Amino acid sequence: MNAITPPPGGNSHAVHLISLSINGKKHELEVRPWTTLLDLLRENLQMTGTKKGCDHGQCGACTVLVDGRRINSCLTLAVMHDGAELTTIEGLASEDALHPMQAAFVKHDAFQCGYCTPGQICSAVGLANEGRAHSSAEIREMMSGNLCRCGAYNNIHDAVQEALPVCRGEGTA
Amino acid sequence: MIPFAYSKPTAVDEAVKMAGPDARFIAGGTNLLDLMKENVARPERLIDINALPLRDVETTATGGLRVGALVPNSDLAWHPEVEARYPLLSQAILAGASPQLRNMATTGGNLLQRTRCYYFYDSAVPCNKREPGSGCPAKEGVNRIHAILGASDQCVATHPSDMCVALAALEAEVIVTGPGGERRIPFADFHRLPGDQPERDNVLEADELILAVELPAERFTTHYAYLKLRDRASYAFALVSVAAALEMDGDRISTARIALGGVAHKPWRVAEAEALLVGQLADQANFAKAADALLRGAQPLEHNAFKVELAHGAIIRALGEAAGGITQ
Repeated sequence: MNAITPPPGGNSHAVHLISLSINGKKHELEVRPWTTLLDLLRENLQMTGTKKGCDHGQCGACTVLVDGRRINSCLTLAVMHDGAELTTIEGLASEDALHPMQAAFVKHDAFQCGYCTPGQICSAVGLANEGRAHSSAEIREMMSGNLCRCGAYNNIHDAVQEALPVCRGEGTA
Repeated sequence: MIPFAYSKPTAVDEAVKMAGPDARFIAGGTNLLDLMKENVARPERLIDINALPLRDVETTATGGLRVGALVPNSDLAWHPEVEARYPLLSQAILAGASPQLRNMATTGGNLLQRTRCYYFYDSAVPCNKREPGSGCPAKEGVNRIHAILGASDQCVATHPSDMCVALAALEAEVIVTGPGGERRIPFADFHRLPGDQPERDNVLEADELILAVELPAERFTTHYAYLKLRDRASYAFALVSVAAALEMDGDRISTARIALGGVAHKPWRVAEAEALLVGQLADQANFAKAADALLRGAQPLEHNAFKVELAHGAIIRALGEAAGGITQ
């Protein structure tokens, strides 16, 4: 994934200049076409809060919010997001307070090893923005893109259920 | 991922001119980038079509709905016109992938997603779809998820989409453009059976671009069901899925559409099965006859014989749910 040696044949693999707002801060970045959004965050910007689990869009650990919508950052190229506003787990809390979804995860002990947690929380904030999940069954269905190999699902569900109305009221992220 | 060149045209004709066998269009990228990471797809150039004006959903002159190729799956499933006029489509889309993937994946891209056959995905083994003429390890290998209908000696892969199963039942059209201009392709003719060219999933040419999917004027807003059976409750590909749509005249069926997913190289419809139901009572016995007709000629492999019985039951249940009205 982190290929940096372009093949022979010249400048068609040129570096592209993109502008990206990440957690409210504007970045002008030079990216190779094949750098995924996830690798840009983790490898180029050392923002390692967003996790690489499967790198194939099957686990949801890499979930971030682009213009408020949750996506898998492993299955999209950074160069495709020129001009976008990106929110990662590092950008959810304010100066002095956790985001309500983060606070709910802490309160409900909604993790064990914690590796899937940033993706779970970003996904849950995206879920709140969508405004489609109300019942317990809907929360479970619409959080199914985030796997937790420790099996903390029940507590994750409880945290999301408690924080959803709070997040919606605030129109977060 | 093997390095490639990247460009982002802003006009359709510009994008089409850039197309070629060494290039691929990229929209959501959810399947293409995955295939590139696995070295299954190795384009030398990616043409990013996200700046093209293909994001509109609009009612057509004939009362249908034209959906731009770049409309994301989630936006389409939750579009008020789709929820009200094509609820079967909405239901099928929401049965597929995950919310994150549906936010990225597009209407055109969903049509073009490739099989999830494990052998196709594993570039270390032969696969006629990936390397024509190299062989098909799935036929004698682990073939639990593979086709029971319409397969060939060369390929037993299935088409993975849920959305396409509903589009087949709704008889959508695919509008594409290329150097020769625009053409409209009936949904039933868009995807192909593998035959002796398993490398071709559909009839789109390398230099053609999908502009839109067009739905005919709405029908089936009351009697419809999308039933998807899979190895876990959510976020898995279908082992078998059924899109069922009926129109009722009293207690008799006046129109029936049934499309199956997970069983063939394309959404599977059988005209005879649908015709059998016309004028008949919506009961188990008639549904079973339709199921028999849909599955006639099924040729299961070593590990997927269960799909025949599973599909038979699923067809009966989906038709029953559809006949019962909107209470799924």
